[in-house]
Amino acid sequence: MYGYIIRRILLMIPTLVGVALIIFVLMRMIPGDIVVLRLRGEGGAQVTDEMIATERRRLGLDKPMWRQFNDWMLGIAKGDLGTSMWTGRPVIEELDNRFQLSLQVALMATLVAVLLAIPLGTMAALRQDRWPDYVVRVFSIAGIATPAFWLGILMILAFLIVFKWMPPIKYTPIWVDPVANLSQLIWPALATGYRYSAVATRMTRSAVLEVFREDYIRTARAKGLMEHIIINRHALKNAMLPVITVIGFEFAFLIGGLVVTEQVFNLNGLGKLFVSAVGTTDYVLVQALVLVSAFTFIITNFVVDLLYAWLDPRIHYR
Amino acid sequence: MGRLLEVRNLKTRFYTQGREIHAVDDVSLHVDEGETLAVVGESGCGKSVTALSIMGLIPWPPGKILGGEVIFQGRDLLALAPQEMRQVRGREIGMVFQEPMTSLNPVLTIERQLTETLEAHQAMAPAAARERALEVMGQVGIPDAPTRLLQYPHQYSGGMRQRVMIAMALICGPKLILADEPTTALDVTIQAQILALMKDLSRRLGVAMILITHNLGVVARYADRVNVMYAGRVIERGSARALYATPRHPYTLGLLRSVPRLDRSRKQRLDPIEGQPPDLGALPQGCRFRARCPYAEKTCAETDPPLVPAGEGQWSACWKWEHLSTKSA
Repeated sequence: MYGYIIRRILLMIPTLVGVALIIFVLMRMIPGDIVVLRLRGEGGAQVTDEMIATERRRLGLDKPMWRQFNDWMLGIAKGDLGTSMWTGRPVIEELDNRFQLSLQVALMATLVAVLLAIPLGTMAALRQDRWPDYVVRVFSIAGIATPAFWLGILMILAFLIVFKWMPPIKYTPIWVDPVANLSQLIWPALATGYRYSAVATRMTRSAVLEVFREDYIRTARAKGLMEHIIINRHALKNAMLPVITVIGFEFAFLIGGLVVTEQVFNLNGLGKLFVSAVGTTDYVLVQALVLVSAFTFIITNFVVDLLYAWLDPRIHYR
Repeated sequence: MGRLLEVRNLKTRFYTQGREIHAVDDVSLHVDEGETLAVVGESGCGKSVTALSIMGLIPWPPGKILGGEVIFQGRDLLALAPQEMRQVRGREIGMVFQEPMTSLNPVLTIERQLTETLEAHQAMAPAAARERALEVMGQVGIPDAPTRLLQYPHQYSGGMRQRVMIAMALICGPKLILADEPTTALDVTIQAQILALMKDLSRRLGVAMILITHNLGVVARYADRVNVMYAGRVIERGSARALYATPRHPYTLGLLRSVPRLDRSRKQRLDPIEGQPPDLGALPQGCRFRARCPYAEKTCAETDPPLVPAGEGQWSACWKWEHLSTKSA
């Protein structure tokens, strides 16, 4: 098991290098030059070609592609993600608060989703084709059909109109002031958590339905067990396997994927940073963000795989 | 011996795709204390549904018990409240299923799956439950029980899993065990071991057994009495010995003739029963076996023959039982 964990961690390196290579090449295929954009962007017609060449040299863009890639990789190996070409600040500083914020929203949304999805999905399965099932199904289809940002807009409007209140705009880390932090971040977590729970609810429902057709559930009944033991002990543990996959995938997506929702709630998260970095073709920043997302996906998958082994004794990693 | 279980006029139907399937149609049978009753018949004749009906495990939808009585130790199980019926299952009647591969929960240890029955019915403390689990593991012949208890089903072979299923059925000391094709999914070499084990346990512990099977060889060796089922009905009943010597129903006769036998010439052909059993959703008038019966005549098409006494201790649902040629081919 430990050997497996170490091997999985080592395997992350080639995966990340592969991702890095792809994004590195892709960024350089996009038309638009950050130096031109930055120096001549706002009526800077007097900027000479000479100055642009100097700036390119300073950013290292004049070197051959393989050298640039090499330098970037070496920097990362030393823990240096580089410097934003647009703001001139180290990428790590740009990411710092935003990553915290995005991670917290993603974790809270996941919590909301799990707390809604597992009880609701199980209840719907147990009362299949009766009114609780219909209610849950309508609730979850509505969740899939409702964009999180739209729900967010409705929330903010409701706060403004009914309570004459607006969530704070400035980000406060949770350990500095939990109340201020939560009163800002709980709303986007609820809005995205609802949509997220909808997917997970449907998955839970179908997984529980499937497990209930298994022979071992009939065996449990034949033993005269109480219904709640049959559900909690015999059915749910088996039904959780596909649900965990969905939850893990959605979680990884939420980190860096919440572009519009961040816009609505005016959050400075990774999603927003991503869009602006692509807009200015800030190579270094986009590359770093893609690596961070890829890393989140890889880690989440890894954790999901470990949870699998924990839930299902038949799965053995060597 | 006292009467342990008496099923009277049981009717179980399934409703699927707008059709009404008469899975069990007016079945009566009984089991005395400590005896082994075999219920024999081909797939879809209603033998498993009969067992599930006795256990109250017919899922609704699509199935429903429409009528009849299941008298177990003086109580009609069909009239019990769900909570009372739950107390009967596992405690007074144990069940062994056909598929040991899928009938155990893959994510729970064997110990958990054995002891939970005790916890459910006897509120036994974990340590005592573990002791009892070790004891039944020994009874069903699982070696190295303390280690095996901590393992999961996938670490067991098919035969060992079926032993676990038997241990599970026995753990609360039931009066009756329903075994639904307990050896069909196992290797031939293991089948005899498992059946011998069940028979031995039933004799030593005084547990009665309903052995559901399609294998007549099993019946001959392990059953005291036999009920032969066809298309949702019991069509012949009697002691295992009598049934072999003098089958009183053309279907039983056909079954006996279609079994390959080592003591016959290899060149001799088997004599199968031609045709298919009737559609249980659209039963014909008259005798259900008529279409496949070499003895069928006009009466058979008009009236369904009732199960009537047919010779010494035997019952048959055939108008012509006296005219069957009983010399085996």
